[in-house]
Amino acid sequence: MPPPPPTHADPPVLVIRPDSARTLGLAGDLWAFRDLLWSLADRDLRLRYRQTALGVAWVLLQPVLGALIFTFVFGVVAGLPSDGVPYFLFTFASLAGWALFAGILTRASGSLVQNSPLIAKVWFPRAVLPASTLPAALIDFLIALLLLGGMMAWAEVAPGIAILTVPLWVLALAMLALGLGLIGSALMVSYRDVQHILPVGVQLLLYASPVAYSASNVPERFLALYYLNPLAPLLEGLRASLLGTPMPPTNTIVWGATVALGTFVLGAAVFRRLERRFADVI
Amino acid sequence: MPDALVATGLGKRYRISTRPPATTLGERFAQLVRAPFRGAGADEELWALRDLEFRIPAGSAVGIIGRNGAGKSTLLKILSRVTPPTTGEVRLRGRVGSLLEVGTGFHPELTGRENIFLNGAILGMRRREIAARFDAIVAFAEVDRFLETPVKRYSSGMYVRLAFAVAAHLEPEILIVDEVLAVGDAEFQRKCLGKMGEVAGEGRTVVFVSHSMQAVSALTQRVLLLDKGRCVFDGPTSDGLARYRAMQGVGEADGARFVADADDRPRNRVRAARVVTSDPGAVHRCGEPLTLEFDLAVPEPASTLCFSCKVVDAEDRNIVHLWCFERDARFRREAGDYTLRFEVPRARLFEGAYTLRAFLSDRRTNTMYDELHGICRFEVTMDGLARDDYAWSAGDCTYLESAGWTLARAGDPAVQRGTVAP
Repeated sequence: MPPPPPTHADPPVLVIRPDSARTLGLAGDLWAFRDLLWSLADRDLRLRYRQTALGVAWVLLQPVLGALIFTFVFGVVAGLPSDGVPYFLFTFASLAGWALFAGILTRASGSLVQNSPLIAKVWFPRAVLPASTLPAALIDFLIALLLLGGMMAWAEVAPGIAILTVPLWVLALAMLALGLGLIGSALMVSYRDVQHILPVGVQLLLYASPVAYSASNVPERFLALYYLNPLAPLLEGLRASLLGTPMPPTNTIVWGATVALGTFVLGAAVFRRLERRFADVI
Repeated sequence: MPDALVATGLGKRYRISTRPPATTLGERFAQLVRAPFRGAGADEELWALRDLEFRIPAGSAVGIIGRNGAGKSTLLKILSRVTPPTTGEVRLRGRVGSLLEVGTGFHPELTGRENIFLNGAILGMRRREIAARFDAIVAFAEVDRFLETPVKRYSSGMYVRLAFAVAAHLEPEILIVDEVLAVGDAEFQRKCLGKMGEVAGEGRTVVFVSHSMQAVSALTQRVLLLDKGRCVFDGPTSDGLARYRAMQGVGEADGARFVADADDRPRNRVRAARVVTSDPGAVHRCGEPLTLEFDLAVPEPASTLCFSCKVVDAEDRNIVHLWCFERDARFRREAGDYTLRFEVPRARLFEGAYTLRAFLSDRRTNTMYDELHGICRFEVTMDGLARDDYAWSAGDCTYLESAGWTLARAGDPAVQRGTVAP
């Protein structure tokens, strides 16, 4: 019987040393283990709606229910303005972007601890676990976009040329979320209280970001401080590209994108520094 | 044959803190505030492995044996890249497949089919490789009727068969196998041993860790015997096993006691075990009450935490199985240190030497927290149960039963009565 073909780009001789860090880099590792990444993502997607009464209907119901509640509380009761588009569309678009960010951040942060038996027993690039939470979050986002498109057509709200920039906003939001998620997951391996701190932080961030309201409602003197939150320009920008509302100032966009990229690079660096210890600590 | 695996100067050091390590950010900050210039609490060092040197030629099957805590699992973790060594290096030629624990990576809610793909990917197989070997895996595991059933409904035997089948079809150049044969029925164990032998016959290398002396001697020509992190023997299997048995004899003065090595990490484990025998010196008279005690540390209670133990005879056969899987057992709800006692009113083990196996696991997550083998050696004698005419001899039975007998003569209403065994 012939020897099986080499796979996963393993070199013929593997040397294990105390300092033998991965040779492929984060992107290379993830590419070499893309099948595992897909399998884990596939597992999470299947499990999410198995043994639930409403099944896949949840994907549609969740964003709609969230936007309905926001519309009632902030649009009807508080009467917040919404940059000239129907309030429901306004908050639905922001919530979709927010759910993308929060979904990646919370799922990625918990991914290592939830899979601790795997980490203790089997080797694979650990970043596969946080990264495998991306597909589910992106699929949810795409479904929300389709719903939004339908509702915009019905409400006769037309997007402008800026809709072409949607992938860029998504990329920036995903990088920011994954960078934070990589740090969060690495911290959670050693410190389990991170899983209680994180939801509180995410909840606070929701109200510090333009989800239920527009940055144009923020008083002038707080605006500089307000835009320090990188989510502010990114969510404003995503909404502007979808609904044709005003774009945030360019300098804030540059700031948001820089922070997103920086967070991602930092998160990857921290993760790779700590990753070899995970099996001993978890 | 070139060497498939070369280890030089291999060592692994664990830092053991004399104070409990911080497990929350809050504690860590408190530590930093109180003693800002101390590290995370690295106060003592423990070398789980030290200066290990060995080479394994391609196509051979090598066993790794040693007592609990000798460093076997640390070595396996290094070979499978789960944890890095502290010193030295290992060179591996070819793909490594490790089967460290049965069902690691299986998800109870997923079906057999879905789990085959998931587990294959976790072990490093590409999707199309798995698809190509799918039928062979299913046939080997004998689960074809249950492919669309969630594996949580599988029996433990089916679980093991499926897990082994996936790993065995990974076709790695180096297969690392850790004690998978403890579960599963005898026929399947033979099948697994056969498959591993086949793997070795194809020029692949098998590194096999087991407490089953039979399996080690059946499968390997050579063993490494580890003791306290060092390799104390490297040579033919039969000599290695003899040396290992002699080594176990040294501990006999301790009698039927086992105390686990200190471990400050808060994890569910068996701290100590005792067998209270009828006579001193770990000697038990057949038919007398026998008590087995286990000290369990349970910092992380789980709703399906299970403890079980087995009394194992000198030929490595499981004779008695005892368990505590009670739905509302306290250790499933509250963290703490527990002592679990099994009181056998009349232990009628046949004469011979016995040891215990103990397992602390979580059924739902399929986690094996602790697994001990060959602990608490004790001796059973038939003193006081002398039979006239036929003296006891080895192999008469494995377990005695008490029974009442009646003897009636045809056509005579009078019945003679007596008893067998205590």
